[in-house]
Amino acid sequence: MKGLYIHIPFCRSKCPYCDFYSCLSKNADIESFVNAVIDEIKTGRRATEFTKNSDLSFDTVYFGGGTPSVIGADNIGRIINCAKKYYSISDKAEITVECNPSTVDDEFFRKLSFYGVNRISLGMQSAVDNERRKLGRFADRNQVLSVIDSAKKYGIDNISLDVMLGIPDQTIESLDDTIDFCIETGAPHISAYMLSIEDGTVFHKRIDTLNLPDEDTVCKMYLHLSEKLRNAGFRHYEISNFAKSGYESRHNTKYWNCEEYLGIGPSAHSFIDSQRFFLERDINSFISGEKAVYDCTGGDREEYMMLRLRLSDGIVFEDYKVRFGEDFSSETIKKALDFEKQGLMTVSETSFSLTTDGFLISNYIISELIN
Amino acid sequence: MTEKKKHIRNFSIIAHIDHGKSTLADRLLEVTNTVAKRDMQQQILDDMDLERERGITIKAHAVTLGYNEDGEEYELNLIDTPGHVDFNYEVSRSLAACEGAVLIVDATQGIEAQTLANTYLALDHDLELVPVINKIDLPAADPERVAADIEEVIGLDSEEAPRVSAKTGENVEDVLRQIVKLVPCPEGDDDAPLRALVFDSIYDNYKGVIVYVRIMDGTIRPGDTMKMMATGAQFTVVEVGKMAATSLSPRDKLSAGEVGYITASIKTVRDARVGDTVTTAQNPATEPLAGYKKVNPMVFCGIYPADGADYEALKEALEKLQLNDAALSFEPETSGALGFGFRCGFLGLLHLEIIQERLEREYNLDLVSTVPSVIYKIHMRGGEVLEIDNPTKYPDPAEIDYSEEPMTDAHIFSPPEFVGTIMDLCQERRGFYKDMKYLSADRVELSYDLPLNEIIYDFFDALKSRTRGYASFDYELSGYARSNLVKLDVLLNGDTIDALSFIIHSDKAYGRARKIAEKLKDNIPKHQFEIPVQIAIGGKVIARETVKAMRKDVLAKCYGGDITRKKKLLEKQKEGKKRMRSFGTVEVPQEAFMAILKLDEQ
Repeated sequence: MKGLYIHIPFCRSKCPYCDFYSCLSKNADIESFVNAVIDEIKTGRRATEFTKNSDLSFDTVYFGGGTPSVIGADNIGRIINCAKKYYSISDKAEITVECNPSTVDDEFFRKLSFYGVNRISLGMQSAVDNERRKLGRFADRNQVLSVIDSAKKYGIDNISLDVMLGIPDQTIESLDDTIDFCIETGAPHISAYMLSIEDGTVFHKRIDTLNLPDEDTVCKMYLHLSEKLRNAGFRHYEISNFAKSGYESRHNTKYWNCEEYLGIGPSAHSFIDSQRFFLERDINSFISGEKAVYDCTGGDREEYMMLRLRLSDGIVFEDYKVRFGEDFSSETIKKALDFEKQGLMTVSETSFSLTTDGFLISNYIISELIN
Repeated sequence: MTEKKKHIRNFSIIAHIDHGKSTLADRLLEVTNTVAKRDMQQQILDDMDLERERGITIKAHAVTLGYNEDGEEYELNLIDTPGHVDFNYEVSRSLAACEGAVLIVDATQGIEAQTLANTYLALDHDLELVPVINKIDLPAADPERVAADIEEVIGLDSEEAPRVSAKTGENVEDVLRQIVKLVPCPEGDDDAPLRALVFDSIYDNYKGVIVYVRIMDGTIRPGDTMKMMATGAQFTVVEVGKMAATSLSPRDKLSAGEVGYITASIKTVRDARVGDTVTTAQNPATEPLAGYKKVNPMVFCGIYPADGADYEALKEALEKLQLNDAALSFEPETSGALGFGFRCGFLGLLHLEIIQERLEREYNLDLVSTVPSVIYKIHMRGGEVLEIDNPTKYPDPAEIDYSEEPMTDAHIFSPPEFVGTIMDLCQERRGFYKDMKYLSADRVELSYDLPLNEIIYDFFDALKSRTRGYASFDYELSGYARSNLVKLDVLLNGDTIDALSFIIHSDKAYGRARKIAEKLKDNIPKHQFEIPVQIAIGGKVIARETVKAMRKDVLAKCYGGDITRKKKLLEKQKEGKKRMRSFGTVEVPQEAFMAILKLDEQ
């Protein structure tokens, strides 16, 4: 079964660190955008352009953005209903909506629940109000709490909280406060990303004025967060993701497992039949039905390694053999053993994976292993 | 019996770079119908792409022009010369094959460093000079002022000097008339033993080496056994003839006074070196022509393939280049840092750059080269004198009595407003001021003794940029002088990187060491551990930096399933790794080597 990703490119305002594709919701025609999504689901025009496989059955649906909540629960419902009608969506599908705490209320969750949404991802970033404000997020701590309560009230208890590391003014102590907050809410999933300053963002222009923690501190924060969450019963199952048992993001895990997914919406990427393709980062070309852009053939050994090594389960040699029809390279395992000596990897008879320290320099390790 | 060859003229064209030598040559070919206009491509004598692009002549070339004046048919042999000081010896041999030289001076620029250097060289060979003032079509041209300069500085009557535009062709026929009028015709004895001066030789895939000669005495025919007087090598002559512009035109013989070519299935240009004398085995001459010397390289550097697998390809490329360039030397060298490569010797920095560029361009090689070095004379306490062109062979300082470095006699020509700047530069480069002369109101000549190792270190670029391109520069080797030298070693993580060592004057060691340490720090990527970068003289560290350990190298977020972005990042890392050199546990990118070579470009 595949994953279905819907990219909702609207935001109330652009956060100063964000380089994902979005446009301001007040300026954009939400209605025609939603119609275009529905039209795409009905016709499958762009989804099937590079693939022979017309089997579109899904067991995860993910509304990402942007800020999906700004199009309102009813529009989200329309899209879900349409997908259920034209695609095959399994009964137990995980359906996630990313939400910004300041754009949702009790009624919103009542409706989401009604339309079948069973998981939300909250862009909290920090539990410290001052830190959050500097990221352009204006809900205060209590608002975040009440949003979580509302979701739970309507049965959506699979909640993920986003936390950011290395943001302006953050210290180990203030991060501790945020982690405690996360644990107390009872949310079973936490995503923790290190802030990276991307070209073209407001932060990039103002980088000299930002009081950013240095690299060493950010590394300490990461290791501290990992340890503390693990002690609280979370599994550090992916470089940036933590979950209580059974609450791992099934949709995102498809990316890391090199499984198939279909993306709809501007800048959304797809991977079907070993083909990778995407839609332009431009809402107007999406609405006007512009064709998908072919990217490359995917799913090869290198890609599989690169993605699977993001998971704490790492590469399971048996799975590898099933997928590629050959034994995993003993030379690569030899390299991994060197990394194991340095405490960066764990190697067993059946699998190997990165340790938390290894995650911190995963680009380096993965490129060494692939070479 | 010696006779005058009244209908032959042998001449060269000499000029400062960019004064229009190749363009005038083109026009002469055109007006004498040596090349049909439709076959004309710019700068026909510069047949290497590199020559055309850089506007310089690297190799000498020759061509025979047919010219009719007042019903008399003349044969004019134009022998083109390289203009640059690195190729001075070749210039000198070309001039020795002539009786006259056309001296071109740019009507907008006037007399420049190489104008004078080449003029003196021509006068040394007793050549008759034909002054020509070029570029009269340019708005800034001032031919009368330039003519006055020529009279004043060189002492050459310029009243009748043709004022031409090689670009438009204006008055170019006047140049031919002046050549016939002023350049003496050659003389020689067709029946005397053969003596032919080799002024150029090029390798041709089909004919072997084509030897360009000027016959001084005697006659040569196909079937003769030719003999090189310097090397003693003998060959059976296959073909002789004259040079048309784009082809060879065989004849049944070449006789005294004539310029032409010989082919004899010769395998490499080393067997027919420029400056050697050709005679015949049957009737050999007793004395060779004057002045043959083997040209020795003055500048050395290690050249290594960026990818070790290209070693054989590099070797083959160097061998091929050497077929055509007897001045290029190379021998295998191993560096702990760079692996297998070659120690190469060059006539000068331009020669070095040209070879590097040809290797990269024509042979598609990716190279790493070490800092260029000159030959230092190291006098040991035991009385022995070592000639060191490779820093890795520098002896233990405790054993050294004293050292000497090569010096040059350097001349810089410039408008007067840059004199201060130039003096500063020469001072920085350890120059000794010798003299300053006003050549005219807006032209000054500065003379300095400059150490060669300061010149090879981007002196020319610095001069050009500080004088906005107005100054010109020329130098010749003047001998050796005592100097206070030290060898700088670069240590990464405690290990000496041999390929980065170099020899330098002790006054400059600290400043240079600091810059190198900084550059390396900036160009070496973070590793999993901290890397001390140290620059040392002997065992003493004089500069130090640290490349911090890599703590974090992770792409946090998956962008809506955008795997490609991650893949690209990984690929970039992989690509970067290919261009890295491992030194023990430290990996250094090629850029770090380049950065050290270009320290002054800040």
